[in-house]
Amino acid sequence: MARGYPGYDVLAKWRTPSFDEKTREVVRRRIAQPPARRFFTGPEQRLVEAIVARLIPQPDRAEPIPLAAMLDAFMADGRGQGYRNEAMPPLEQALRVGLAAIEAEARTRFGRSFAEAAAEDQDAVLRAAQSGEVDRAAWRGMDPATFFREALLKITAGLYYAHPAAWSEIGFGGPASPRGYVRLGLDESDPWEAREAAP
Amino acid sequence: MTPETPRARDGRAPDVFTPGGFVPMAGFPEREPVDFAIVGAGAGGATLAAKLAEAGFSVVVFDAGPFWRPLDEFASDELEQQKLYWTDPRITGGDDPIALGGNNSGRGVGGSTIHFSMISLRFRPEWFKARSRLGYAVDWPISYEEIRPYYAEAEQALKVAGPVRYPWGPLRGPYPYRPHEVNAPGLVLGRGAEKLGVKWCATPLATVSAPRGKSPPCVYRGFCNFGCSTNAKQSALVVWIPRALKAGAEVRDMAMVTRIEIDRDGLASGVHYVREGESRFQRARNVVVAGYAIETPRLLLNSACPQFPDGLANASGLVGTHLMTHASPGVWATFEEEIRWYKGPPNMAVCEHWNYADEGKDFAGGYAFMSQGPLPMAWAQTVATSRGLWGPALRQQMLRYNHTAGFAPVAETEPRPQNRVELAEETDAYGLKIPKVVFGYSGNDRALQRHSLRFMSEMLEAAGGRDLWTSTDTSHLLGTCRMGDDPRTSVVNADGRTWDIANLWICDGSLFPTSGGVNPSLTIQALACRIGERIKTLARRGELACAP
Repeated sequence: MARGYPGYDVLAKWRTPSFDEKTREVVRRRIAQPPARRFFTGPEQRLVEAIVARLIPQPDRAEPIPLAAMLDAFMADGRGQGYRNEAMPPLEQALRVGLAAIEAEARTRFGRSFAEAAAEDQDAVLRAAQSGEVDRAAWRGMDPATFFREALLKITAGLYYAHPAAWSEIGFGGPASPRGYVRLGLDESDPWEAREAAP
Repeated sequence: MTPETPRARDGRAPDVFTPGGFVPMAGFPEREPVDFAIVGAGAGGATLAAKLAEAGFSVVVFDAGPFWRPLDEFASDELEQQKLYWTDPRITGGDDPIALGGNNSGRGVGGSTIHFSMISLRFRPEWFKARSRLGYAVDWPISYEEIRPYYAEAEQALKVAGPVRYPWGPLRGPYPYRPHEVNAPGLVLGRGAEKLGVKWCATPLATVSAPRGKSPPCVYRGFCNFGCSTNAKQSALVVWIPRALKAGAEVRDMAMVTRIEIDRDGLASGVHYVREGESRFQRARNVVVAGYAIETPRLLLNSACPQFPDGLANASGLVGTHLMTHASPGVWATFEEEIRWYKGPPNMAVCEHWNYADEGKDFAGGYAFMSQGPLPMAWAQTVATSRGLWGPALRQQMLRYNHTAGFAPVAETEPRPQNRVELAEETDAYGLKIPKVVFGYSGNDRALQRHSLRFMSEMLEAAGGRDLWTSTDTSHLLGTCRMGDDPRTSVVNADGRTWDIANLWICDGSLFPTSGGVNPSLTIQALACRIGERIKTLARRGELACAP
């Protein structure tokens, strides 16, 4: 278990009946060179790069999934979920406040910006935000734990696993229209599905 | 991407079965009153539109969202398909804030049936008389015997695929189509059920197991909650809307209804709506609100006028109250075998044991539970938010994706007045006050969920699962314009007709006095079929306030 799927690439199915034209168009956009920054400011972008590198570290990838750029595009396109918890401001505002508060927490703790802090210090700041054990002044009334869970972590985790490279990593079948699947049972798989590494 | 202009116009509407195609559509002038203006084209509104148009009434259905072309526009992709959800601003609060958006809303012709799980279950008969038969909550103003023929009608209309003999409740004959082959996560449920000595079966699903007209059989691609790209799913867009169009109804997509107009006699005279940035008005003899349990009460409250300063149909003060959801706490485990739960409809096996057994419960109400099949993005979000995992731990846990299975219930919640939809002070792009949803679980709701987690955990372990953990979630929104026998304790009568305004009707999940322990879409469609029949009968007797 959790042995991984070496050699499996969802995108190898690009020209098979698992990919229809609409899906190709959508996935092509996702894996293309990330668009220029639109939502975050320059300093915010560097901070976001540092945060997502701790939330989803990718030391194993020669070409990491461009999470910060995906997050910027997600926010710039207004793809948020619409509703918000009454304890939270609108998502755009929540993200800016939360990022600034994480930066402030790093400066208070370590006297340097989050992006320049050591990895274990960065993790300590993120854990503090997750558990709410931070200096609340910088959070402008927003609950740090709710922000961390419902906005920062939820969106980042979702975006990582929206990338084809992550689909391949976990052995997900990926796009499946119009072909779908035939073998549905326990320990059954179709020839166009991932093979797990031998134990 | 979402289309930018309406497509159902100028005498034609998209043909959902032909890439880029159109079918002819009737067009009604705005100045002449139509018999029925229906607000919302989902399970309630689309079904009623088909029924009323087939009965010969003139009908215009409005939907705020687009008229999708599934064959052209539904990608096999979770992120892209977020376009199916209602993402206008809303606030959620209370002790147990409900997640909105993708969890329980749709934006577009077909409503949330575009991305529903297709689970098509009937209510347990006794639930329609929950107070008198089971001693909790309230009675519905109709009985199971009264709605039974409409359940059969809805099941036939959707060609529900299910077992020959459903193991719970009264005999209902075989389902119209044969059951689907159960996938691995469903077989896990079956194995656990047999170990524990409770019944289980293939879930009755509204996706076809054999060809049906222009719908091909389901190919088990697994993206059902993100829109069906083959039209195997029998959504309202594929089933009821084509019937409505053929019978002469007009659909206006990308048309947001902002207010119901009330005339000097205190009757509804039409609806104000915005389409392509223009404010318009459609005259109507009857108005039906079918916007689901948030937008329906919101429209009634936002339509307050001098005659009805507290909102329409609200003399009882009950509009927006008694909001219910279904709790769906999940229990998850790791298995030696490969499960690969991305294949097939997400919920292929069901256990309704605790909907039909009353002994040994420390709570009122019931729950069904089903096998699950989340796709990676949604699953990562569940893992991350429920367990607080990030860093290498998150990626490690996600590597178990193909070896994970689990169950989640559709767990009844009590109707309570303090759980409600109200208007916030903040306004949206139309200048309308946005809705605020307030929700908290009762002690009974919590006891019911604890029971479900205990039982599902036991079953999952019996099936061979290990490293169990749990998550919290909800699904569906019900109540807020409850039906009843008494104008003091309900908003509408058994026909969906509001007590206060004789030509204003409601036809969606808002009507439910209790939530029951099953997914609501089949009951919403059965109610809509029944309301359609009742309106026909009332018209024949000359009992409509504004007769066609």
